[in-house]
Order: sequence, then C-alpha cells, then structure tokens
Amino acid sequence: MFLVRAAGLAGAAATATLLPAAGRATPAMMQEAIRRIVGEAALQRGRVTLDVPALVENGNTVPVTVSVDSAMTGNDRVVALHIVNEKNPQPQVISARLGPRIGRARLSTRIKLADSQQIVAIAEMQDGSFWSESADVVVTLAACVEDLVR
Amino acid sequence: MTARTLISVPAGAKRGEVVEIKTLISHPMETGFRVGTNGTPIPRDIITRFTCRFNGEEVFSAELSPAIAANPFISFFVTASESGTFGFEWTGDNGFSVSETAAITVE
Repeated sequence: MFLVRAAGLAGAAATATLLPAAGRATPAMMQEAIRRIVGEAALQRGRVTLDVPALVENGNTVPVTVSVDSAMTGNDRVVALHIVNEKNPQPQVISARLGPRIGRARLSTRIKLADSQQIVAIAEMQDGSFWSESADVVVTLAACVEDLVR
Repeated sequence: MTARTLISVPAGAKRGEVVEIKTLISHPMETGFRVGTNGTPIPRDIITRFTCRFNGEEVFSAELSPAIAANPFISFFVTASESGTFGFEWTGDNGFSVSETAAITVE
C-alpha cells in the first residue's frame, strides 16, 4: 500500500517491478507540493538561509538548518517553516509551525536524500508572505530506496 | 512504548533570553519504500508528529515525513519568559506515542 500512496495512484494495483519508476517524486511534484503550501500567495526569494552540505557522502542522514532573517516580533514573525525536495519518493520533508514563544526563526534537523537534487526551504510569515531559498546537494550514497536501486 | 530520548533544555535562563532546545528520539523511521531480503516491502513505520508545549501551551510542532533521518533530531529556539515545564510529545505509526518533560528556571 505504501507504493500506491507514494505514486498517488489510490486504488491502483502496482507490482514490485514498477517500484523504482513509480516511487520517485519529480521536480513537478515538488512544485505541486510548494503550491499546496503557498496557495495563491507569491513565493519570493530571499530572507531564508538554507544551510546544507553541498556534497553528501551518506544520504541517510544529512544535517539541515533553516534560518530566516526575521526579528520574530509583531508582524515580522515566521509562523511556519517547510522543507521540500525534488527526488525523494515524496516531496515533503518537514513542516513546522512556530508559536509566539519561538525566539529565533531557526530550525535544525537531519534528513534523508535519495538522490542528488535540489531542496527548497519555505518560510511563511505572519503577514501572509512566503519566502524561499533552494540548495543543490550532491549525494553519493542514496537513502530511502537503497534496496530498490541495487 | 519505550524509546530513548535525549532532550537538551538549559536548567536556568535569564528572563527574555533565547534558549536553544534540542531533541533526539530513538526511532528507525522506516520509510515504507524499501524492500526486504525476500522481496516483500518493509511497511512504513515513522514518527509523524512532534509537539513541544510550554506549561500546556503549544510552542512548536512539526509534521515529519519518511524523509526525516532515523532517530529524528529537531532543534529550535524559545524565548524564556517564565519558569515552567516543557512537554515534548512524539506520535507516529503503529500507535507510537512518547512524552517527556523538562523544566526551566527563569530569573
């Protein structure tokens, strides 16, 4: 069933041989995921810093830090941070909601990357604007689907 | 449900100081996209949601996906305005649910 969910083919009977092709997100799917996050608002570049190594030896654990140039007061607050990717089985990585007690717009985590690809960080501000930054990562050992690739 | 957690919250802080909170929990974060040795798919088993509350009020929450690395690590920054208790909660597939608390004293 996991397969069906990944490919967005609800109810379709997919066989194991279809896995590698069906189980990958595409840049178009990432754009779709970004559209779902942003809605009708414009996605502007800037303000966000996406700190991720340019060359990753092991895609199973990649440290990522997203920070946003924001005073975190009044209307100049970050209310949500999102990370999406191009080529993992699913475009979503993490969506975090930041409450009023958050003192600095900065989030660190560790992610999996299935391939060399672009990842995008999106910050949603209190005033309804969206800001983004992208980073290209080269991965030498892939994660997520490693058993399928070999 | 047992899972080892590692939480870093400073024991004390000055009023208004921004402190970093780091959390780590042991969990395989099995993606559901992998196939086992006998060719059968390994079912998904991930933590789907992490929540941090301060004195019961939500401070930070995150929706996690299979793309989060095993043993999820999350860190964020909170303004220390009063003494109290942070509550951390991880929930996920197969009824996974773990809660922890950490106290902070603000002067």
